[in-house]
Amino acid sequence: MSEATLPRWVAQRADPGWIGRLFDNKAFLIVACLFPAVALLLVFLTYPLGLGIYLAFTDATIGRRGIWVGWENFEYLIEDPIFWGAVFYSIFYTAVATIGKFALGLWLALLLNNHLPFKSLLRAIVLLPWIVPTVLSALAFWWIYDPQFSIISYIFVEVLGWRQTNIDFIGTAWPARWSLIAANIWRGIPFVAISLLAGLQTISPALYEAALLDGSTAWQRFRYITFPMLLPILAIVMTFSIIFTFTDFQLVYAITRGGPVNSTHLLATLAFQRGIPGGQLGEGAAIAVTMIPFLVFATLFSYFALARRKWQQGESND
Amino acid sequence: MANIITRRSLLAATAAGMAATAIGDAGAQIQRREGGSLNLPIENGASLRMLRPVRFVPADEDNWRANCARFTQQTGVPVRVDFVGWEDISQQTAVTANTGAGPDLIVGFNEAPHVYVDKLVELSDVAEYIGNRYGGWLALAERYGKKHGTNNWIGLPFGSTGGPLVWRKSALDAVGYQAPPEDMAGFLDLAKKLKAAGKPMGFALGNAVGDGNGFANWMVWAHGAFLVNEDGSVGINSPQTIEALTYLRELYQQFIPGTTAWNDVSNNRAYSSQELWLTQNGVSLYFSLKNDPATRAIADDTYHSLLPKGKASSTPNAGLTMNAMVFKHSRYPNASKALLAFLLEAEQYDPWLQANLGYWSQPLEAYTASPVWHSDPKISIFKDTMRSTFWNGYKGPISEASASATNDFVLVQMCASAASGEATPEAAAREAARRSERYFRRRT
Repeated sequence: MSEATLPRWVAQRADPGWIGRLFDNKAFLIVACLFPAVALLLVFLTYPLGLGIYLAFTDATIGRRGIWVGWENFEYLIEDPIFWGAVFYSIFYTAVATIGKFALGLWLALLLNNHLPFKSLLRAIVLLPWIVPTVLSALAFWWIYDPQFSIISYIFVEVLGWRQTNIDFIGTAWPARWSLIAANIWRGIPFVAISLLAGLQTISPALYEAALLDGSTAWQRFRYITFPMLLPILAIVMTFSIIFTFTDFQLVYAITRGGPVNSTHLLATLAFQRGIPGGQLGEGAAIAVTMIPFLVFATLFSYFALARRKWQQGESND
Repeated sequence: MANIITRRSLLAATAAGMAATAIGDAGAQIQRREGGSLNLPIENGASLRMLRPVRFVPADEDNWRANCARFTQQTGVPVRVDFVGWEDISQQTAVTANTGAGPDLIVGFNEAPHVYVDKLVELSDVAEYIGNRYGGWLALAERYGKKHGTNNWIGLPFGSTGGPLVWRKSALDAVGYQAPPEDMAGFLDLAKKLKAAGKPMGFALGNAVGDGNGFANWMVWAHGAFLVNEDGSVGINSPQTIEALTYLRELYQQFIPGTTAWNDVSNNRAYSSQELWLTQNGVSLYFSLKNDPATRAIADDTYHSLLPKGKASSTPNAGLTMNAMVFKHSRYPNASKALLAFLLEAEQYDPWLQANLGYWSQPLEAYTASPVWHSDPKISIFKDTMRSTFWNGYKGPISEASASATNDFVLVQMCASAASGEATPEAAAREAARRSERYFRRRT
């Protein structure tokens, strides 16, 4: 009886405040969560990139704002043999260094994939060239290639007595080009080797066992199991490696500064040389902008040539 | 200082008294002509900020700061000095000039005041007053200080550092030379003899901003060639340049191997390790040898002499010059000018010059008598650094284009490609002209 008269207690849910309602709003949440990331991208990526592209169409110098000159910078560059030298060397450097890095890196990865004593220690040591700041390894190579104080020249001339004169590493064009490529390969191998090693370890041992039972040779196992299974990661690693190599700056700048007589300029070093010390911001930006098509092409090439496998997109192979 | 009228005349009077006593001991050798006046009423509540390139020797900075502190003491104007790395000062000057904010004064290098001339306060009054008191400005100071083709001063040069020949007396004695000869043919002969004796010479032909450009300029100027005509058009593709490059081709055969890969420190290292017996460098090489007991013997055997003139009338070397400027955006232009004048007075300038041991050489005639040039006879030739009639971008108007051409190694690479035989002298000169045209093109 009394129950009937008592008001029935109902769990009261507090009316959500405006903040609560706001955070329940999906549209707001999307904007709020994306905003920091988008803002960072806009401020630190889109704006500098856009400014760089804008500058490429002006004759800005350090100390002068510059005016819009349209394609004038590019027209000059098309007739500039130094620019074409840099284009040539950038491509040559990237191609040769990438091939070298992948050949040696894959080899190293296969070796490290075996059961070796002190495996983890060895892997850590392999990473060293990649861990050392590039400028430091560049300085080390600068000493190694020094015309007067090269350790290699010293060994050949003073210790072994095989040569009368010091080796000319960076004094003339082609030796300088090859020397820089060697330094870049040395530095790039660990990145390739460790990445591919990670890929190798994901390959199921069952596949190798089955192949062994079928009487396969080592080469066949590599060709028909390891290589195809490694291809997706190979594509990714190669894309990164090409981009890193093509945009390399520190090695070249620290060792030769683009010399002798501009023979080892990469597009990145030439862009810096013209833009900052030379003061021609517009022209430097134009050189940097010309790198974009090459990079897009390299990325697409790696992607389409190496990674267009259906199973990578979640389907089975035909 | 007595002539700078401050708000507080009492303080100024005291300052004058102090200045008069100071010249008794510090500036005894410096001849000063009294007279003339500088009317710079210092603004109320003035305070100054100044940028300067970093020091060679610690005493440089200490001395500069002490001088500025003395200015504060005498005028009540606080001065803040920031020392900036050499590579950064031109960028910071650009930002200051373009934004119209920042330091009141900047001591930049070489052409800086000429690039930002419309942003600067004219300094003719200070320059004329100081020039009159200290025997006049030397040639290079006039060139870098005055706006092209006028008598209007836009910069006040504070000193210059040059790069003469540095050589080993024992090596030259061994091949029968007392000193490097003045003429180019004789110099080539010396090079051949040094090489035959296994004690070769060598000059930087790589991308070395200081040494490479110093050498390339010498080669070009000594043969009567030049990068820019008087009207500012490119003049490098000339028979004189080709003559210079043909000469260099032969001289290069006598060099120590590897100079095309040299940067600014390479010749210092090769010289210090006794592989190189004659080169071109600033005074720093000598001091580093002298101060290290291990190389003291090399320093004792080392001498400096001016670069061979060849066809030039004075030694073809343009020192790197510190050039002070005052910005229009400064709220205290008079205080800024007063500070520069104060720093150039003997009581301040001579102790500073001495503290620098010869790294910097004076822009004013009277300071030639400074005791610093008697401190070590081997550095005394540096006292004439600013008598040079050559400048960066000779013989055109001083502009940012000449700085760009220098920093982009146009002449160095012309010399390197011709010397190594990679290009004929004609082709190298044409290429240098092509690149310079771009830098020296007229802009709207």
